[in-house]
Amino acid sequence: MLCKMKIRQYLLLVFTLFAVLACGGPDDAQLSSSVLNRGINSDPESLDAHKARSLQAADVLRDLGEGLVSFTATGEMTAGAAASWDVSDDGLTYTFRLRPDAKWSNGDTVTAAHFVFGIERLVDPGTAAFYAQFVSEIAEIEAVDDQTLIIRLARPTPYLLSLLTHPATFPMHPGSLAEHGDSFARPGSLLSNGAYVLTEWVPGSVLTLRRNTHYWNNANTAIDEVRHHVITQEMTELARYRAGEIDITDSVPPDSFEQVKRELGDQLYVAPYLNLYYYGYNLTKPPFKDSPELRQALSMAIDRELLVEKVTGRGETPAYSWVPPGINNYEPTVFSYAGLSQDERNQIAQSLYKEAGYSAENPLQLELRYNTSDTHRRMALAIQSMWRDALGVEATLINEEFQVLLANIQGREITQVFRSSWVGDYNDAHTFLSILQSDNAANVPGYRSEKFDSLMQSAAEQADLDRRRLYLEEAEREMLADHPAIPIYFYVSKHLVSPRVEGWGDNVLDYHYSQHLSLKAAE
Amino acid sequence: MLRYTLLRLLGAIPTLLLVIVLAFLMVHAAPGGPFDDERALPVDVAANIEAAYHLDEPLPQQLGRYMSGLLRGDLGPSFRYRDYTVAELIASGFPLSLRIGLLAIMLALLVGVSVGTVAALRQGSMLDRVVMAFAMTGISIPVFVVAPVLVLLLAVKLQWLPAGWSGSPGAAKYVLPVITLALPQIAYIARLCRASMIDVLGQDFIRTARAQGLGIKTIIRVHALKPAMLPVLSYMGPAIAAILTGSVVVEEVFGIPGLGQFFVRGALNRDYTLVLGIVIFYATLIIALNLIVDILYGVIDPRVRQR
Repeated sequence: MLCKMKIRQYLLLVFTLFAVLACGGPDDAQLSSSVLNRGINSDPESLDAHKARSLQAADVLRDLGEGLVSFTATGEMTAGAAASWDVSDDGLTYTFRLRPDAKWSNGDTVTAAHFVFGIERLVDPGTAAFYAQFVSEIAEIEAVDDQTLIIRLARPTPYLLSLLTHPATFPMHPGSLAEHGDSFARPGSLLSNGAYVLTEWVPGSVLTLRRNTHYWNNANTAIDEVRHHVITQEMTELARYRAGEIDITDSVPPDSFEQVKRELGDQLYVAPYLNLYYYGYNLTKPPFKDSPELRQALSMAIDRELLVEKVTGRGETPAYSWVPPGINNYEPTVFSYAGLSQDERNQIAQSLYKEAGYSAENPLQLELRYNTSDTHRRMALAIQSMWRDALGVEATLINEEFQVLLANIQGREITQVFRSSWVGDYNDAHTFLSILQSDNAANVPGYRSEKFDSLMQSAAEQADLDRRRLYLEEAEREMLADHPAIPIYFYVSKHLVSPRVEGWGDNVLDYHYSQHLSLKAAE
Repeated sequence: MLRYTLLRLLGAIPTLLLVIVLAFLMVHAAPGGPFDDERALPVDVAANIEAAYHLDEPLPQQLGRYMSGLLRGDLGPSFRYRDYTVAELIASGFPLSLRIGLLAIMLALLVGVSVGTVAALRQGSMLDRVVMAFAMTGISIPVFVVAPVLVLLLAVKLQWLPAGWSGSPGAAKYVLPVITLALPQIAYIARLCRASMIDVLGQDFIRTARAQGLGIKTIIRVHALKPAMLPVLSYMGPAIAAILTGSVVVEEVFGIPGLGQFFVRGALNRDYTLVLGIVIFYATLIIALNLIVDILYGVIDPRVRQR
């Protein structure tokens, strides 16, 4: 027992145990000049590209795999696993010629059949892939020979090439799936056809990727090893960046933004991002059902300029449209009142509010729900007071845990106004507009407009890009006039990038392939 | 002694069963499901996934399925880490949590008992007051405040220690989490030890020992430490529980891929099987630990055994 043991022996034992326990793993972790350390804010749910849904999974998958088409560091489309392609005049048939030297990480050639296998598995109901409906416009996909792939579309889909950069459309190696079954997407068994191959995944901690020596463009990959560190807390990520442990952060904590700008301004990259922050209305229940005047009044009474300046303050753009600016071949249509001053908007909002049957004596009472977060709370508080000051609306703020809010939004029973957001999956207005089509699962307000749907339909049938664009713009105008939701602002991407990293490029999709980056030799 | 141990073991089974059923019902009662996301799943896809994970079955049937899996030692697949099973995640997270927890307990005992004893011997002195003031501060300041301050000071400003976990060299990365986790326990144990040591030192048998001319070091070592450790020992059960729950925060702040972090993420993501697996695992562990402490108590103090 303790008392029988001399204090000195006890101390010795404790120290020895401490040393033995703490020196558990080998120390292989020296920061090397050829190791890039990146932060991601959560684990990928899976590295099976068909089970993955999160942005984090896509970030890692873009380092591992390669689609027919890819992007440059600054977001210009470029050839990927396909060396070139032709599009038929009607825009319905794409013929891709694959690179003969495109290889899997085990040395096998990437063939057209692997792309066919991938798409077929993606749409197979048994796979239950989130992105299955992503490729619903693909009518037929055919491997003519090992290097020739033909995709036939049901309708012209000008954003097809953009879709083909997405991990959901990456090729799959049938042999690997047959061999490893459901656990094919793990270190040691996951085959990749991109610049890197997965060597280690410690859930909750780090994913380590090493150079894929079989990759066709391996000669142009500068960095040997990439580590995606899973860091859920933005403050922890910032501390680790400051301590020199992380080269590229996933984000910058809102509370430290001003300080970071002051102290690390030259390492801070802020860029427009295809991500919309909005408040949705529950359109299936009163008071917002069948009351476009009221919906417009609430939308107009929000001073978006003030919100992006005082509440978010990281260079965000106020949103007067549903589709963010900077999207390919599109000019977002904005609210008719975008040109008015906030005072003028408030006056119109007040008369609309009266029209809808509310007044100072009979104010609108509503519940505003948002998921628990400091930023969302401040946003809600500001909007609550704008509504009160401009219209006399009595808004009750309800913060809910994210999964609870999502369940309430989907349930459409108790929600009235709720916070949501949408990130573009590809660089085309369709990725934003389509979610408000009647049959889209992401149409959380429950917006149903025959006119909007038919304009979207007409757009989908246009092979001519300009005419398609006009239909889409018309659809957005139509939808905005109905005010199914309140677009508030467009996010910006925010990263700290270490001065030792070269080749960083800002782009609206916020894609940053490790293969485009290089590291300066240590000084 | 054997009979006592067996009886305690049998008594643990209904407790564990109750924990499993309650935990199962509670995770399923929480609003929202594991596959809800802002990027909502199309209806048919959602149906396919729910079928694949048997979430479309009635709750009693799911419970039955889960229990029968449990009997075979199968904790099921994780819903959030879809490439991993719950058993694999526990196997990867627990050794880390255990290592950090043990180190923290040892540090707490070592420092807590020494500081407490010294304070008891110098009762009422300046040293005593300073130590006890520190102990009070240690108990009152929550882990989620201590951790970032330590990181800022020792990792970011002075760069003596790593700020995070992944990719940091060997033993150094343990220092901050272990200290953070041990701090409140050091404080508590020091206060506990001081009080009980003062109590013991005032008793007759110590006066007898003194009268025999024994030195104070010998008295402490041979006569006083054993009875003075009893309250500390019985606090070990709650201390371990506190370290387990404290590890949830510490692992989150330092990004340690231990069970605590999986538990928090699992609960937020509605990863039913992962949360359940960890609850069952922890419950078993805590029941076992309590049992061990009870038995140890019996070994140290024969009166407990005889009752």
